Amino acid sequence: MKHKKNILILGAGTAGTIMANQLVKEVDPHSWHITIADATDTHYYQPGFLFLPFGIYDEEDVKKPIRSFLPDAVKFIQEKASEIKSEEQQVLFESGKTIHYDVLIIATGSTIDSSEIEGMNGPEWRKSIFDFYTFEGAKALREKLATWEGGKLVVHITEMPIKCPVAPLEFSFLADDYFGKKGMRDKVDITYVTPLSGAFTKPRATQKLEYLLKEKNINIVSDFAIESVDNENKSIKDYSGKEVPFDLLVTVPTNKGSKVIEQSGLGDELNFVPTDKGTLQSKVSPNIFVLGDATNIPTSKAGSVTHFQAEILFENVLRFIRKEELLPEFDGHANCFIETGKGKALLIDFNYDHEPVEGTFPIAGIGPLRLLKESRMNHWGKLAFRWVYWNMLLKARPIPFVKARMSLAGKNF
Amino acid sequence: MIMLKELVGNTIDVNEEGFMTDFTQWNTQIGEALAAENDISMTPKHWEVITYIQTEYKNNVPLSIRKIGKSGVVDIKEFYTLFPNAPLKTATKIAGIPKPVSCI
Repeated sequence: MKHKKNILILGAGTAGTIMANQLVKEVDPHSWHITIADATDTHYYQPGFLFLPFGIYDEEDVKKPIRSFLPDAVKFIQEKASEIKSEEQQVLFESGKTIHYDVLIIATGSTIDSSEIEGMNGPEWRKSIFDFYTFEGAKALREKLATWEGGKLVVHITEMPIKCPVAPLEFSFLADDYFGKKGMRDKVDITYVTPLSGAFTKPRATQKLEYLLKEKNINIVSDFAIESVDNENKSIKDYSGKEVPFDLLVTVPTNKGSKVIEQSGLGDELNFVPTDKGTLQSKVSPNIFVLGDATNIPTSKAGSVTHFQAEILFENVLRFIRKEELLPEFDGHANCFIETGKGKALLIDFNYDHEPVEGTFPIAGIGPLRLLKESRMNHWGKLAFRWVYWNMLLKARPIPFVKARMSLAGKNF
Repeated sequence: MIMLKELVGNTIDVNEEGFMTDFTQWNTQIGEALAAENDISMTPKHWEVITYIQTEYKNNVPLSIRKIGKSGVVDIKEFYTLFPNAPLKTATKIAGIPKPVSCI
């Protein structure tokens, strides 16, 4: 019997699951084993965490078993990786298990670390300081919002990069809508605090989003580099001496790559893996590839980006196996719905070289979605996306009209 | 859009935010003048930070406030004292390199 080779995927989130489904269709099962490992057996629909605090989604809407999205031919192991030994081509697991790989795909994502800022996870954590980037955090915040009587709500980003950079803005817009519907908007003062110089990272979208903040009576404090959280006086302080008081702080703590990256000495100062931005091959070793939030490449950390990356990476893994040259095809493509409240949303589509602009999507000149413009159709698109995510995206089924490389057609540059 | 700017007897190319677009045009006199425009008078410690930033830039290392805080040259607190308000933006402007893309 011929000895089979191993493709090992670390992480069964959006990135790992898409990759497993892609590879199983093309890789010769007589020559290759595909194994995917994750510490948990639950797949979370992370975009849904935004809706959880406002009661728009329920817990059941955002979690399903990992196994139901993986093909039978892929072996799933529920094990927590503790170290990647790139020289030996081995991954060690906390249980003591060791797996040898011929090709490793790192899809370990990013998580929040509230211990990075002094006082953030102090006595007020989950009392008046919350996050919505974890399932537990979003649930705890829902309980808090349900009984909160108003005051100063501060929505805050600790430092860049963060997963889904538009989520905190969406949270602010949805909070405006939520308190408005409860008839208590006049009792809530909303302030958006960001380390960036404006509402978003790209000029034309920033202009649009700042207009929306103003329209919704949301204050903005920019260039705020947080130094500490004062639990006693309930305020956040920055290095230049600026101070913003809060009654309720909803923060996005520092985002970091997985512990296993740090323990293996493979990451940068935030545990993200140095990766070629075009081919998605790691700079650690030629047979290690990186997908999704785990990379250090200069694009957004988001599910749509991962989905586009997966198509390119899949092709490059096949090329690597066939000993062909890799293609530097990934263009940084990101596509994000931005909920703006009151049943409307914006849509942005951009890449490494082109910032988000107005236009039509996905069909040039037709739409039906509108870029960088509020519309109800965009909001429905966002809600419909949950179905697309569970039923098409994770299973690597092609999404009609949406291509991995960004299209310039239909955009008003 | 790139504009021409006259500074201490040199012509430099800058973008609409005032960042230089061609590092080869940079020299310490220009750095000094750009600092003055931002109300900063350069000390040896300022120059140490600027040199560190330029070295990282030449090596294609993405810059962030966190990175500079861990550089061993200054801690974040000191970085803010040297270049008040938006230190990374101000320091990169003086260093003659593009605005960092820690913003995505």
